[in-house]
Amino acid sequence: MPDSPVIELRGAISLIDRFPALAGVDLTVSEGEILLVRGPNGAGKSTLLRLCAGLAPLSEGYGEVLGFRLGDRRQRRELRRQTGLLAHSTFLYDELTVEENLVFWARANRIDLAAVEPVLDRLALSNRLRTVRVANLSAGQRRRASLAVLVCRRPRLWLLDEPHAGLDVNGRDFVDGLIKHAIAFGATVLLASHDYDRAGDIASRTIVISGGQIQDDVPSAPPAPPSTRPVEPGGPRWRPGTGDNEPASTGRRTS
Amino acid sequence: MSRSERSSDTDVDDTGGQAVPGDHADDRPATPPPAHTGSMATRRLGVAALVGLTATLLFGLVITGPEETQRDAARLLYIHLPTIAVTYLAFFLTLVGSVIYLRRGSAFWDLVAGASGEIGVLFCGFVLASGALWGKPTWGVYWQWDPRLTSTAVLFVMYIGYLAVRRLELPPDVRSRRAAILGIVSFLNVFIVHYSVQWWRGLHQGQTIGLDTKIEGMMLFTLFLALASFLVLYAWLLIHRFRVAWLAREHDDLGLARALAERRAESGRRVSPRVS
Amino acid sequence: MLRDTWLMAVKDLRIELGSRVVTAQILPFGLLVLILFGLAISPDLLVTGDARRSVLEEIAPGLFWLAVLLSALMALARAFALEADDGNLDALRMAGIDPAGVFLGKALAVAVQLVAIEAVLGFGAVVVFGVPLSDPLLLAVTLVLATFSITLAGTLYAALASGLRSRDTLVPLLVLPVLAPVLLGATLATRDALFADPAVPGWSWAMLLAVFSLLYLGVGMLAFGPLLEET
Repeated sequence: MPDSPVIELRGAISLIDRFPALAGVDLTVSEGEILLVRGPNGAGKSTLLRLCAGLAPLSEGYGEVLGFRLGDRRQRRELRRQTGLLAHSTFLYDELTVEENLVFWARANRIDLAAVEPVLDRLALSNRLRTVRVANLSAGQRRRASLAVLVCRRPRLWLLDEPHAGLDVNGRDFVDGLIKHAIAFGATVLLASHDYDRAGDIASRTIVISGGQIQDDVPSAPPAPPSTRPVEPGGPRWRPGTGDNEPASTGRRTS
Repeated sequence: MSRSERSSDTDVDDTGGQAVPGDHADDRPATPPPAHTGSMATRRLGVAALVGLTATLLFGLVITGPEETQRDAARLLYIHLPTIAVTYLAFFLTLVGSVIYLRRGSAFWDLVAGASGEIGVLFCGFVLASGALWGKPTWGVYWQWDPRLTSTAVLFVMYIGYLAVRRLELPPDVRSRRAAILGIVSFLNVFIVHYSVQWWRGLHQGQTIGLDTKIEGMMLFTLFLALASFLVLYAWLLIHRFRVAWLAREHDDLGLARALAERRAESGRRVSPRVS
Repeated sequence: MLRDTWLMAVKDLRIELGSRVVTAQILPFGLLVLILFGLAISPDLLVTGDARRSVLEEIAPGLFWLAVLLSALMALARAFALEADDGNLDALRMAGIDPAGVFLGKALAVAVQLVAIEAVLGFGAVVVFGVPLSDPLLLAVTLVLATFSITLAGTLYAALASGLRSRDTLVPLLVLPVLAPVLLGATLATRDALFADPAVPGWSWAMLLAVFSLLYLGVGMLAFGPLLEET
């Protein structure tokens, strides 16, 4: 069990366009934690996640994630490969199909293509949907595809920005299962969510962000040691609702 | 960019006196910002430039009398040559500033690059305008496809593009980085454009604004006088422009301290001081 | 790096195949420009001293390359518009893809599209302007080198304008002055290739294009690292 924390932030200030999205954050996260990030809109939740992903800048203060110093450009680049971000953007090409997107992103991330097929299968994307353009998917299906890319990458640190938003109950169950599965395999998870009941259930700790700083830091029930957690072999399966295997009738328009 | 010049901009003390650690209290200037960007140095430079330019005009227009047929065309040279020289110097400084900024992230050099670029565009435009205004009475045309003039025109537009990038709506460091890259590549282009246009017009043995006469004696002196005057003018402009930019940046940074305080206040309750 | 280049290029071209923006919008625009040139410059104007050659035919090389340049602007702007939406640039950064590969891949994809545009516009120019062809080899070489020049320099400059709403107006301002020498070189080399103009050393101009391409190949690969790094 490594004793160095997965995330260590001290007085972290992150300026986005000269606006202090994070105005001095102190945070330490250990491996295997599921950290729920709560707070009002605009409090800095997304920026915190992006900071840990290596995408948002560390303007002042100290930050180290997965052993990489946030202040060093080169280390930040390395960090990005080992973190996985799920955000409001889909990180997918609208004009390409689900399958084409997965193949591209797998190749871009240097992931063996053989790993893609089982993931497509588990996320119920290996049926009709695989040859549908992302632009023609519903919001929930797009989220599913984004998750597929994330799952393929197998990051050590999962940063989920409102993962439950726009998903039905099946979808939310799936996300929860995914998180538990990831933890069982040694990852750490940060999630920002407004679904406090559900997220609070699986989270081992909750922090509240407001005004760009952490106001509250509360551990929930201590996480069960990995070996005793029930885990579906190979990871959870998405159980789509009826009609969720068809592309949406009106997709997003692309130029 | 002159909003920073007001000395009444000292409202930094209005945060209610609450010292919140990490809010850059040390960054606030001990004295209020200057009311203008002048100084002893710039005043001396300014006077020198004024004197020099006046003398140049005198010499160029009056004292070196017209004797040979090319004389009137030559008079333009007194202005054109120094202005072009300063333009290239200005763009070169932009190059240098951009390189140093990319390597060291120094805001000083970023602002130097930007200020110099602006002045370079100014002088470049002046070359084109003066060439056109002079050309009409002298040769009967506003424009000639003289290689130097053509290159200058392309250069002018190119560096206007540089100025456009400096004003993009982007996070400041991203914007500065893009501008720096552009500042470096644009200078490269100076050579490419110059060479290709020169070669192009060279094929046609066309007329050039150049001189067939030798430059010597009084003409040479006037030329050097003009060059020196324009250099001093450039330095004067550069220092002022840079200082304005620097003050603007300081103004933004001061705004940062307040922005931090405001941001933290969003949480709606007093924040106990944290050690950072 | 080559792997990433290929990956990006194939992806861009696949998107183009699906959306057909180049073939359905940009290409017709190029043809339109050619026709408009014909309208703006009367086809009946004859070159003084040579009653057989119309002015339009005489300046056809320049007009062709102007039409290509203007079309290239749109293709370049589009190349980066693809990444601007949906946070894909972020995703590319997360994937750790080689920035030089992004540069070369995008340039390659635009080059392929540009060649297609040139083929059609060239055909159109021959038909509309009625020009002869003296040196096909020089023409072919010029086309290739000019395409590289345009795409390598253009990709670099279009990247400077990426992610911005003012992209459509900024890209032309940045790209066109830089490509002025390319317009010169390509036009003159094409002149020599078509009309066998003794006053124009076509191959020398083609060499200029080669130097230009090499220069921007190097510069682009160097500059894309810092460019892609947005924090």
